[in-house]
Amino acid sequence: MPLTQEKSGTAPILSVSNLNLHYGQAHALKNVNLDMIRHQVTAFIGPSGCGKSTLLRCFNRMNDLVESARIDGSIRFNGEEVNDSATDVISLRRRIGMVFQQSNPFPKSIYENIVYGLRIAGVNDRATLDEAVERSLKNAAIWNEVKDRLHDSALGLSGGQAQRICIARAIAVNPEIILMDEPCSALDPISTLKIEELIEELKSKYTIVIVTHNMQQAARVSDVTAFFYLGELIEAGGTRKIFTNPEKKQTEDYITGRFG
Amino acid sequence: MKLFWKTGEPYVLATGAALAIILVMSLTLIGTVMTNGLGYFWPRALVKFELKDGSSALGQIMQQEKNPLSGEKRLQLKVGNRDIFGQDFRWIDEKEITTRSLPADAVLLERREHGNYFGMLKDVTAEGITITAATPYDKLQQARKLVAGKIDDTSKIKKQMSDLNHAAEGLRLKLQKLDYGGAEKNAAAIAELTAAREKKMAEFTRLNEQATATLAEIGKITAQMTDAAGGSKDISLTEIIALQRPNSMSFFAKSVAYLERVRELLLDDPRESNTEGGLFPAIFGTVMMVLLMSVFSLPFGVIAAIYLREYAKDGLMTRMVRIAVNNLAGVPSIVYGVFGLGFFVYGIGGSIDSLFFPERLPTPTFGTGGILWSSLTLALLTVPVVIVATEESLASIPKGIREGSLALGATKFQTLTKILLPMATPGIMTGLILSMARAAGEVAPLMIVGVVKLAPTLPFDTNFPFFHMDRKFMHLGFHIYDVGFQSPNVEAAKPMVYVTTMLLLAIVVIASSTAIYLRNRMRSKYTTSTF
Repeated sequence: MPLTQEKSGTAPILSVSNLNLHYGQAHALKNVNLDMIRHQVTAFIGPSGCGKSTLLRCFNRMNDLVESARIDGSIRFNGEEVNDSATDVISLRRRIGMVFQQSNPFPKSIYENIVYGLRIAGVNDRATLDEAVERSLKNAAIWNEVKDRLHDSALGLSGGQAQRICIARAIAVNPEIILMDEPCSALDPISTLKIEELIEELKSKYTIVIVTHNMQQAARVSDVTAFFYLGELIEAGGTRKIFTNPEKKQTEDYITGRFG
Repeated sequence: MKLFWKTGEPYVLATGAALAIILVMSLTLIGTVMTNGLGYFWPRALVKFELKDGSSALGQIMQQEKNPLSGEKRLQLKVGNRDIFGQDFRWIDEKEITTRSLPADAVLLERREHGNYFGMLKDVTAEGITITAATPYDKLQQARKLVAGKIDDTSKIKKQMSDLNHAAEGLRLKLQKLDYGGAEKNAAAIAELTAAREKKMAEFTRLNEQATATLAEIGKITAQMTDAAGGSKDISLTEIIALQRPNSMSFFAKSVAYLERVRELLLDDPRESNTEGGLFPAIFGTVMMVLLMSVFSLPFGVIAAIYLREYAKDGLMTRMVRIAVNNLAGVPSIVYGVFGLGFFVYGIGGSIDSLFFPERLPTPTFGTGGILWSSLTLALLTVPVVIVATEESLASIPKGIREGSLALGATKFQTLTKILLPMATPGIMTGLILSMARAAGEVAPLMIVGVVKLAPTLPFDTNFPFFHMDRKFMHLGFHIYDVGFQSPNVEAAKPMVYVTTMLLLAIVVIASSTAIYLRNRMRSKYTTSTF
């Protein structure tokens, strides 16, 4: 599978080569090769069960939690091997943040949600924490909505707000990459729009990888799109090219809605 | 008609009926216990009956019923004066009664022994004290005040005596230890300790004589009483705990007497082989045992559940352990009692004795039933409940929450302590509530690992080390069994059974409601979000 990149010359921040993943007997990812470029938004599209979320969860080793998962091949993050058993998973996860499909605020105050990542890293200085809360809530475009109730429970927020709190929580630890696993699938169109605008803004500071079922969303927010089908990376390339002039028939069928 | 069955309406009605039956049953139970228990302390009138055969009887009417053979009414009279009449109760046929009256000066004496005395007060013999009051009843009241002061003095002396006794016993054990270690080698120390001990013993004897003398002196002050049958009796004032004239008491006076009895119940020691007096040692024992049990079972249960749910690989072994834990909750409690006796009392307790208290042997210290072993046995009995509840509540936490925490770079342990355990706390509390209710009501295993009918000392006192884990203790549940079914005077003890039952229920309710209140406060803090 030849690699297509819109901008060349930039070293990839994440580089996947010959990645295979098995869940027990099931072959969930088949020989995937893909590079992700710094400060770009990469979108993974494909029908359900095609392995796009699985691949996303490989980047921060969340698949470690699945006992039956077996991974071969290489994922390099800034040149370092992610799958190496010597890799410090804790620091890896601090550098590669994640936002989930279902917003999952902790049953704590908004403030404590945001500083959770810092606290567990041992940061307890009040000023640093306050500063981080304001910065990340502003970056997640929710500061104005919650600044007066930082110490209220985060469970009282609406779905869209809760999802942005989760983004803010991921930003608070200053990751290099933010992985988003269908972040808008449970949200209404207005909240979705807000998150999409947010992704656009976050691009300048972070590298974003987003899994989405919504092809319009992929077209709107991403620079690079990768299409997966049955565990295989069918095609990856500049988003405009994929959506206007895909090389593969399968890609074209999927984005035109003929299957999927 | 067919449609009627199809709608499901009959099933709804059936569920409602089932609930109603359960409610009625519970309310009946609680109502019976409450009416019998709460009414017990209300001063009842002393009724005097003149009977056809010329005799008369004085007593409190306990119940009335129809003779099933003759259809005539008869009533049960508590006549008291057990030492004179031989029994507390008698049945009188309605047709035998000629007159009934409420003599205003009928006196009820609560005595230290032989139960209540009902009769008339003739006079007070006051030897060694001066009494100014005019009527016999006032005389008695005045004399009682004087006597009460002296009894207070003697009880202070008795406290000193008990402390001396404790110190002397400590010295005796030290001597024993030195003796076992070689009498010749330690001769000097033995002589010194023996002298110290003898000094204590001499002081003890002196105090004892003093107390005995005081008691003998006031023992001469007596109330001269006559009973309904015409007999007379001199009752020493030291014997009298309380007195009242129920027939001439106002409602207010009766209320005061009632509250006084409630105070006695809650704070005093039992008398008359537990059928009278207070329940304080049993209340204290029950509460302390339940608290100790929680201290043991909560951490063990929670830690075991965390391991099973979060760390153990979900294999055959884990599943077997889980099945075993679930089934442990169904093992008959007496089996735990026998296990506790064999393992804790004889096994661990016996080893502790031979290691740390060899000088006391063959008298066991920990090698016999005690509050520690009882709490541990009950902890064993209730730990499955805590494990199951904790596991359930850990399992009910959404996967997304764990992943969210791990994805932020938290370790598994941080996720557990900062996110999962706080969220599981309401569920853990539910387990604790259930286990506390179960432990408070359990009697069978306790009978073999440390509960006694009458414990001379509380498991907590002012002598170092304050908590005496080796001591035997009293328990409300056992008290019910003992008073209700093992006492020599079951009829007289019946009200006590109701009162004890009510107290036990009250303790369970108070403990549970406290825990439920705490749980609800936490629950409102940790409810998971929906949108």
